Amino acid sequence: MHSSPTSVSDESGPQPPSFELVCPAGALPSLRAAVDNGADCVYLGFRDDTNARNFTGLNFDEAAAREGLRYAHARGARVLLAINTYPQAGNWKRWTRAVDKAAEMGFDAIIIADAGLMEYAASVHPDLALHLSVQGSATNYEAINFYHDQFKIRRAVLPRVLALAQVEQVVRNTPVEMEVFGFGGLCIMVEGRCALSGYVTGCSPNMAGACSPASAVRWLQTPQGMESRLNGMLVDRFADGERAGYPTLCKGRYTVRGETYYAIEEPASLNALELLPQLMEMGVRAVKIEGRQRSPAYVAQVTRVWRDAIDACRRQPRAFRPRPEWMQSLDRVSEGQSHTLGAYHRAWK
Amino acid sequence: MNMKPFRLPDTLARIATALPQTPPAFAFCLALNAMRDRLLTDELRAALEGKNLRLQVKDAGLTLNFTFRRGRFLPSSGATDPDLTIAATAYDFGCLASRSEDSDTLFFARRLVMQGDTDLGLLVKNTLDAADLPAFTMADVAPHRVLQRLATLVLPGRP
Repeated sequence: MHSSPTSVSDESGPQPPSFELVCPAGALPSLRAAVDNGADCVYLGFRDDTNARNFTGLNFDEAAAREGLRYAHARGARVLLAINTYPQAGNWKRWTRAVDKAAEMGFDAIIIADAGLMEYAASVHPDLALHLSVQGSATNYEAINFYHDQFKIRRAVLPRVLALAQVEQVVRNTPVEMEVFGFGGLCIMVEGRCALSGYVTGCSPNMAGACSPASAVRWLQTPQGMESRLNGMLVDRFADGERAGYPTLCKGRYTVRGETYYAIEEPASLNALELLPQLMEMGVRAVKIEGRQRSPAYVAQVTRVWRDAIDACRRQPRAFRPRPEWMQSLDRVSEGQSHTLGAYHRAWK
Repeated sequence: MNMKPFRLPDTLARIATALPQTPPAFAFCLALNAMRDRLLTDELRAALEGKNLRLQVKDAGLTLNFTFRRGRFLPSSGATDPDLTIAATAYDFGCLASRSEDSDTLFFARRLVMQGDTDLGLLVKNTLDAADLPAFTMADVAPHRVLQRLATLVLPGRP
């Protein structure tokens, strides 16, 4: 059984030292923005398909990664490297090279999804901490404990499919640290298993590291509104003034039985800020902010709000309420029309 | 950005739209060329080569057509459809330049429009996000500062 590392007490007494804010960085200025605004950890990827944000011009070459590590470590922040896509027989060495490089460069952990690569990392670099990526799609403690027994994973990032009670059940039954998503783009409910982008564009996040690659995306202003097309297929059409979203198949509007609506998923952002006291109380170890593809301004704004909120929650967990200005600030940078608690609030689960 | 949001008066756009757009495009290219070594990576240079680009400052009535050939930005006629069009208000372009707003945030709010080659647009966006640039403020684009800078470019040697 796992004993909670986060003993939350009101007003005074020992502060929980171990609830981490994990923030995204697609480039050095974003990494600096995250660290400067209070991130405990920053996660990033190399400039290739070994990570699930393999977008044109995004991510870190070796020199930038080394500078990022230097900058963060000098300020007491940790740096995690996402190697969270799935290698194939013909390109296996690119993934093992990324693992070797992570160990040599001094990353604090790698975020990893493929079991074969985990075996490689655990055997060749036993001191390199392993975090199970959300792309690994482990939703129950048996799966997480299996990864722990086999590869000694230190942390698992839980898919955004679990209700709060299910998160708690996992936390109670594993020695592995749990990291949950707190804010950002909400992926459809098959983390690590989605084939929609691959179906339309030939590129999937798991294999190519990109959902809806930009080369397949076209935005077009028409008399009916702004059209969003993916490999020629109309995904959505936005009326003037209507908030837009990313051009992913899952968040498109489709006509089903004569009615046009978000037939698969609403384009809303996850915002679990109000759940902070419960997440801390149940022993969740870290909260993750999505958005390596976003600009430094987003990273700075979101990191600052979550830093302030976590600090406020640590001081007075029972009195904690999200401040209106925090929610306003987060809503401004959200995709789509609204924010949501996603699966966390689904009591029927 | 430490400045109240603004939108330029409609009259300005009405007047500016009727004026020749080549002089501002020329000045814009001059400014871009002065910064290109700091802004452009080899990857972006290669991707931009021969591409026709259009920047629309909606509330200023400005449509800047330009191209990138042999390592330099040059004004173009705009006769052909651009490979990439980016449109926003002067204030929102200022927000992006000062890094006080995220481009996706402006896009979600329909304040930033991108049409054409999305891959090229994303490369431009990500390259600028990754660049180590000196802090920019709206004061940097105050008319007298812009004129001073243009004068030093056109008449080198003058203080």
